[in-house]
Amino acid sequence: MTALLPRRGLAQILALIVILAVDRVVSPQFFDLRLQDGRLFGSLIDVLNRGTPVALLSLGMVLVIATRGIDLSVGAVMAIAGAIAASLADTHSLAVVLAAALGAGLICGLWNGFLVAVLGMQPIVATLILMVAGRGIAQLITEGRIVTFSSPDLVWLGNGAILGVPVPVAIALGMLILTGAVVRGSALGLLIEATGGNARASELAGVGTRAMILSVYVWCGVCAALAGVIAAADIMGADANNAGLWLELDAILAVVIGGTSLFGGRFSLVLAVLGALIIQTMNTGILLSGYPPEFNLLVKAVVVLTVLLLQSPKLTGFAGIAARLRRTKA
Amino acid sequence: MRGLPPALITAIVLVAGFAACAVQFPNIASTRVVGNLLTDNAFLGIVAAGMTFVIISGGIDLSVGSVIGFTTVFVALAIERWGMPPLAAFVAALALSAAFGAAMGAVIHVFDLPPFIVTLAGMFLARGASFLLSTESIPITAPIYSTVSDFALRLPGGGRLTAIAIIMLVIVIGGALLLRLTRFGANVYALGGSRVTASLMGVAVGTMTVKIYMLSSLLAGIAGIVFSFYTSAGYSLSAVGVELDTIAAVVIGGTLLTGGQGSVIGTFLGVLIQGLIQTYINFDGTLSSWWTKIATGILLFAFIALQQGLVALARRPLTKRAGAAS
Repeated sequence: MTALLPRRGLAQILALIVILAVDRVVSPQFFDLRLQDGRLFGSLIDVLNRGTPVALLSLGMVLVIATRGIDLSVGAVMAIAGAIAASLADTHSLAVVLAAALGAGLICGLWNGFLVAVLGMQPIVATLILMVAGRGIAQLITEGRIVTFSSPDLVWLGNGAILGVPVPVAIALGMLILTGAVVRGSALGLLIEATGGNARASELAGVGTRAMILSVYVWCGVCAALAGVIAAADIMGADANNAGLWLELDAILAVVIGGTSLFGGRFSLVLAVLGALIIQTMNTGILLSGYPPEFNLLVKAVVVLTVLLLQSPKLTGFAGIAARLRRTKA
Repeated sequence: MRGLPPALITAIVLVAGFAACAVQFPNIASTRVVGNLLTDNAFLGIVAAGMTFVIISGGIDLSVGSVIGFTTVFVALAIERWGMPPLAAFVAALALSAAFGAAMGAVIHVFDLPPFIVTLAGMFLARGASFLLSTESIPITAPIYSTVSDFALRLPGGGRLTAIAIIMLVIVIGGALLLRLTRFGANVYALGGSRVTASLMGVAVGTMTVKIYMLSSLLAGIAGIVFSFYTSAGYSLSAVGVELDTIAAVVIGGTLLTGGQGSVIGTFLGVLIQGLIQTYINFDGTLSSWWTKIATGILLFAFIALQQGLVALARRPLTKRAGAAS
């Protein structure tokens, strides 16, 4: 396994380079960057900016999947957090707005984690509840309307720039570094992987698997809430019906493209974010190519299938045998 | 009597809910409302019957909503633009959806991949394909559509049992018989109990997997045709999110999501409960439609918690016996 480590991620990086190259072919100005009003513009920046919500979701999702779980409710949590942020934005300070929205995400994560870790429900069922009910709760908060706001602080979160870098991108990068520092800078990541690999064995070996599972769902909820706030800030409003719709699937897709097995036990934060970027680069490429955006889903389906087949235990089994044969010959 | 008690609980909830609604709005207790309940949820009942098989076998099918959407567009285009006779269009649509399900089942078995992610890819694929066919809503004007929508059996009390409601009832009964009385049905339970054990007992796991997903997609195709009857149109965005309503109905109907236990009749009752919530909200008038989602979520939670409790109860005697022996 250690011999494989440097090679991990090569496929994803190559895929990203290929898709970027294809994008460059369809749109010659793809790599052009320009600075305007202290913020970078260009297709590449656009990819990063639009990829932020899914990248944030995948940061939480990858940890959940590493424990052999899945969180279907992230899209609904985005809608709830967006609804809260939008309805508070014009009357409260940014700190209060953020605290309320992220707090809601935390509670949603606690709920999911409670169902999975304490009641022992299957993750897909447990999170289905919030996925169904969550959008209803978000609509309850906005009273079914699209709530708009004009608070400059919150708008800055969606459209501002720090040293030329759009704020959402900076936030996503910050979250990636923070998550990476916490889970890889300590034994936490290892314990999460142990939980996913074999919960019972880890429990016996003294890993607090319940606390581990609970905390990854909480983190997933917070990440989703942050994505929801950014999505709301981006459009200066909250639409409970459509905010984050189907993004849970994109997030799972990003994690799978990033090479994290759905059977748990190992994960890579960077590759999950890379997966989100690959998805967004495809989306933007299709948009720039002038093909109708309807192609998006078909292309995504083909990519998922390809990645799946490459990850299939049977196929990797064949590849392993082939590699061994080659080694014995040499 | 496998899986009967949870379905019985669903039936009690349905009857109690119906009674509570009828006390508040006496008009609900009429064949008219019940007839509408069956008609409005006909497509959901059909697709949920198929999903029951998949979930009992330990899998999941996220692609059904997209297959419904694809079928409505395909049928509409075939009849209105390509000049196919409606029946031929139906057969072609069903053949396509069955082949699609069989392909998903084959991928799941041959490459040993989680059904969740394979059918997720299938969901993107089918929805993408329907977008490619047409992004506009295509009205269907073929005479068969008006004939079918006009057809209805009169019920005593002014209610109408429409053609699509009858199709749904026939499929639900047929599905229940298939699951209870045939070797195929027994194998579905066996797969959900344990794939390894089933395989050792001589169940052809691969063939079964293909057949189960084929059945689910085929029923989604039929649901798509029924949906096109219901709306007299084909639209690529129709039935978005139906897979979740369907899974919710199956769970509320007492089917264990871990597989091995459940019933088609329970699922049918689950569909009716969801329909009843919607009807109640319509009657009330002051409640908004999002309460449907919240109420469904709460019911979902209640039923899963109940199942969890039942499973724990079922396990307890075993551990006690083991404890006594040691």
